[in-house]
Amino acid sequence: MDDGPDNKNPALTGGLACPLPFTRREQVLLAHGAGGRLSAELIGALILPRFANPALTRLHDQAILTLPPGRLAFSTDTYVVDPLIFPGGDIGELAINGTVNDVAMSGARPLFLSLGLVLEEGLPFATLERILDSMERAAREAGVQVVTGDTKVVPRGKCDKLFINTSGVGVVPEGLELDASRIRSGDVVIVSGTVGDHGLAVLTCRERLSFISQIRSDTAALYNLVAVMLAASSRIRVLRDPTRGGVATSLNEFAASSRLGIVVEEDSLPVAPAVRGACEALGLDPLTVANEGKLLAVVAREDAEPLLAAIKGHPLGREARIIGQVVDEHPGLVALRTGLGVKRLLEMPVAEQLPRIC
Amino acid sequence: MTRYVSEFRDPAIARRLCAEIKFLVTAPWVIMEVCGGQTHAIVRSGIDQALPPQVRLVHGPGCPVCVTPIEVIDQAIAIARRPETILCSFGDMLRVPGSHQDLITARAQGGDLRIVYSPLEALQIARENPGQQVVFLAIGFETTAPGNAMAVSLAAREGLDNFSLLVCHVLVPPAMRALLGAPDNRVQGYLAAGHVCTVTGLADYEAISRDYRVPIVVTGLEPNDILEGLVMVLRQLEAGEHRVENQYQRSVRPAGNPLAWGMVEKVFAVRDQKWRGIGLLPASGLGLREEFAAFDAARKFEVAAITPEESPLCISGLVLQGIKRPDECPAFGAGCRPEHPLGATMVSSEGACAAYFHYQRL
Repeated sequence: MDDGPDNKNPALTGGLACPLPFTRREQVLLAHGAGGRLSAELIGALILPRFANPALTRLHDQAILTLPPGRLAFSTDTYVVDPLIFPGGDIGELAINGTVNDVAMSGARPLFLSLGLVLEEGLPFATLERILDSMERAAREAGVQVVTGDTKVVPRGKCDKLFINTSGVGVVPEGLELDASRIRSGDVVIVSGTVGDHGLAVLTCRERLSFISQIRSDTAALYNLVAVMLAASSRIRVLRDPTRGGVATSLNEFAASSRLGIVVEEDSLPVAPAVRGACEALGLDPLTVANEGKLLAVVAREDAEPLLAAIKGHPLGREARIIGQVVDEHPGLVALRTGLGVKRLLEMPVAEQLPRIC
Repeated sequence: MTRYVSEFRDPAIARRLCAEIKFLVTAPWVIMEVCGGQTHAIVRSGIDQALPPQVRLVHGPGCPVCVTPIEVIDQAIAIARRPETILCSFGDMLRVPGSHQDLITARAQGGDLRIVYSPLEALQIARENPGQQVVFLAIGFETTAPGNAMAVSLAAREGLDNFSLLVCHVLVPPAMRALLGAPDNRVQGYLAAGHVCTVTGLADYEAISRDYRVPIVVTGLEPNDILEGLVMVLRQLEAGEHRVENQYQRSVRPAGNPLAWGMVEKVFAVRDQKWRGIGLLPASGLGLREEFAAFDAARKFEVAAITPEESPLCISGLVLQGIKRPDECPAFGAGCRPEHPLGATMVSSEGACAAYFHYQRL
């Protein structure tokens, strides 16, 4: 949305030192995104106090950053989850942690984020503030700064309450190269904890499946865990956070990039009992359900046990397990070894998962 | 919930049952598992690979999504596209190919289509949207019929005039008879669908076993249920016996669930029914009784005259009758994949082609 000629950077007139008084309203109005006084109020009263840092509070069209030397890891993601608030988290926390994790999977320490908000006209301010609060908390805990941003308001019905985009940058430590092409036959696959929690938390909350006991999202920022892992082993081949498409999708990506096979042991998969039960009832496979606070690591066999011990020593990795290994057979494909000792294909899901009839 | 299934998936028990089957079998046998849920459990857990080569499992027609005629999909799409309707469906139906498109595409083009988990949810949507016509795509076997009957019964009691069912209910026993009576039948024993018998009981199956001299074991849907069911069928086959046995006693009573089936009989009457890929089978379906005709979406929206077009390449009819294996189809995995299916068996979570595609291409 173009600012008019007279109100270029209107919030500059407010600034942090003397924020404009925030006219108390219940709901977001179209004018809050029009670049005028209400826009300035929204930024001055809701955004700046939460995310204040020198780069942001300049309120220019861009943030000017000084980065440590090295290669830049840069990632972006857009968050459109329904409902906005679900057991264990909300869209704000997800938008910080998700992008932090995408950057962290390169081994980079996430440093700066951008924040784009698309608000639907009529969104209650109470909801917005709660979500901004959890974004502030998540950013603080992850050690990242929100340095630039943008807010738009669209007419009622033109978006679903609130969409968030975040982009993030970090600097990759020198000499570190995490890439699926580095996977070798004999390597071991580790998952940092139970799988399927986030997807089931959102699904059961959205569909009001009251017969299922409450499942909480696992949303968490994983950089600290990554740092512990990098200190414990120099032979980690690749890291990935298995979000949409779940563990099955990430493993298939590993197999395809490395042109090797992967065998997962069904009995070794950590799945919380409530998640397993809900998946049974809905006909879903926990391996294809999204996670927001878990990672997969492929590591050289000789480092697998020490790395597993290091992960288990971190609060986000207590239930980590070795779930499989890389093999020369069936290149490009992932197999699941069932309880009968038989191998069958483990695919990435084809499309959105649709609950079954009976 | 898990603790109710773990025992039925215990690998040690599974290995013991497999060893028992190997010990029992002295001749080649062809056994059909009727239910698509069983087909998926078999392929997913690898039972088909763990059995001795003399035991051949063929996959039956027990996938409600797969046998729903293409014209019903076309009718559902036509209803969903009308501005005044909300079409409610189980998620399984959304990607099933109709003649020209599927429901998920109809939704993308503006149709109001909602995934529900129960017909009672659709009924609630009707209560909350009095200005809209809410249609539930009521498909399935004897398992889903009681819920649909209940929804119609409640709608009638409440006098709701904006709720109706697009009905395509099929019955398992007539299909089992048709398969046994076919000239090229190879099936020598049945694993019958445990969940269906939970509702209906065993009487129809006793008659089939007697008439066709075929062992029938009513079997659950967990891997160890299926292995135990196979042990029971194979014991009969090896001994030259035929009778109905109930492996799934934790759920199935001989008389079924008379309360649930009574509700079905109050609302529905048996009628001849077309099965996708198989054809018209006499007395193999359920239609709304005359006194509930007001809840029949096919009459309400006059969509009965649609002419369907099946893909000439799809052999799902032969797959559903256990005559061909999915991987014997020339289109399997090539022209027909879950993302662009030629037949319903490739997209349903109970379809045999989907089971082979998802689990067996190693």
